[in-house]
Amino acid sequence: MTRLDRTAMACRVAQDIPEGAYVNLGIGLPTRVADFLPADREIFLHSENGLLGMGPSPAPGEEDSDLINAGKQPVTLLTGGCFFHHADSFAMMRGGHIDICVLGAFQVARNGDLANWHTGEAGAIPAVGGAMDLAVGARQTFVMMELFTRSGESKLVDRCSYPLTGLACVSRVYTDHGVFELHDDAAHVTELVSGLSLQELRARVGLELVDAR
Amino acid sequence: MINKECSSIDEAVGTIGSGASIMIGGFGTAGMPDDLVDGLIRRDVTNLTIISNNAGNGETGVAALIKAGRVSKIICSFPRQADSHHFDSAWRAGTIELELVPQGNLAARIDAAGSGLGGIFTPTGFGTSLAEGKEVRRIDGKDYVLEMPIRADFALIKAYRGDRWGNLVYRKTARNFGPIMAMAACCTIAQVEEVVPLGVLDPENVVTPGIFVNRVVTTGSMQAGGAPQ
Repeated sequence: MTRLDRTAMACRVAQDIPEGAYVNLGIGLPTRVADFLPADREIFLHSENGLLGMGPSPAPGEEDSDLINAGKQPVTLLTGGCFFHHADSFAMMRGGHIDICVLGAFQVARNGDLANWHTGEAGAIPAVGGAMDLAVGARQTFVMMELFTRSGESKLVDRCSYPLTGLACVSRVYTDHGVFELHDDAAHVTELVSGLSLQELRARVGLELVDAR
Repeated sequence: MINKECSSIDEAVGTIGSGASIMIGGFGTAGMPDDLVDGLIRRDVTNLTIISNNAGNGETGVAALIKAGRVSKIICSFPRQADSHHFDSAWRAGTIELELVPQGNLAARIDAAGSGLGGIFTPTGFGTSLAEGKEVRRIDGKDYVLEMPIRADFALIKAYRGDRWGNLVYRKTARNFGPIMAMAACCTIAQVEEVVPLGVLDPENVVTPGIFVNRVVTTGSMQAGGAPQ
């Protein structure tokens, strides 16, 4: 079996972002999707701190501390891009104007529940940022994550044990083992990496997986 | 003649007292009104409630205020960051109270206060621990949580240019919370790179109309292309 590495996962997600889409890429792993968006498509990247038409990282020495992304890294603005304040930025999400958001996750349940903001551990400082707004606001919420934790537990689960970010909000999960569509309270496998059987995956995930390939 | 321009940072923050609630603009360090916060630290005020997106980054702005022991409560969306060590220490020592609010709800609650609304029904957070105990309502088949407005005694914001009537324009993503915080405080104080004569700001492009701004002050240390570090 050949697992996808993080670069290959980012590349895989990027293929599914259509021309003209307004897209928010969450901090961390999803940010990498920007590097693989097909050059022949015009795609609008939204950053919740207040810009549309986000471009790539600036050249060294060209950084501007007033021009950053949601991860607080320096970025650029594409020609035609624009700035706006926070109320407008989150209206774009809640109002259903953002077509797709791509988020990382601690856990995703088969019904689409998402847990990605807090482990709930005692003593851990909670921080939520825009995760809850994105999860419920975007027209489609995609998750991008490694399917298993370091200790081998599936992050695609029957019910999330971590505190929830949003209810029944995830429609698709891209992982290093395959792609899952979530609907009708079940995970539907649409793609598997080569050398991995559905039976084998079911055993490791511990969930009924519908074959939708 | 109306002139909202103050001659110094200290004058601009001179009426802020202990126990005040203060909105502080900025997302990370972009839009953080460092000079106003430094002025606040120079005043011997304490027991402040701060409303800001983050709980401080590095050593400046909100981080410096927390380090100085002036903050008893912070309302924010994303306190935990790689460089939020001053907040982390205060939180672990139990000297600061945290109210965690999803970022869009923070913006909407501030916006509601500034717009005179009694609250908002938002889908964000429904069914999560951050909505526990709050009133919920199903509207057109979708579930919402009632969130209350957030007002403050003062707002400290950073803009790019302003005029003596308080009209403001911002620079790039430093705009973030500035326009809505300006609306939601009893007294809004803006630090700007430059105060320009009336009429210089294009009326079509004024972002914050002066009605929302009480004081404007210039900060000599700011330069286009970079906030003070």
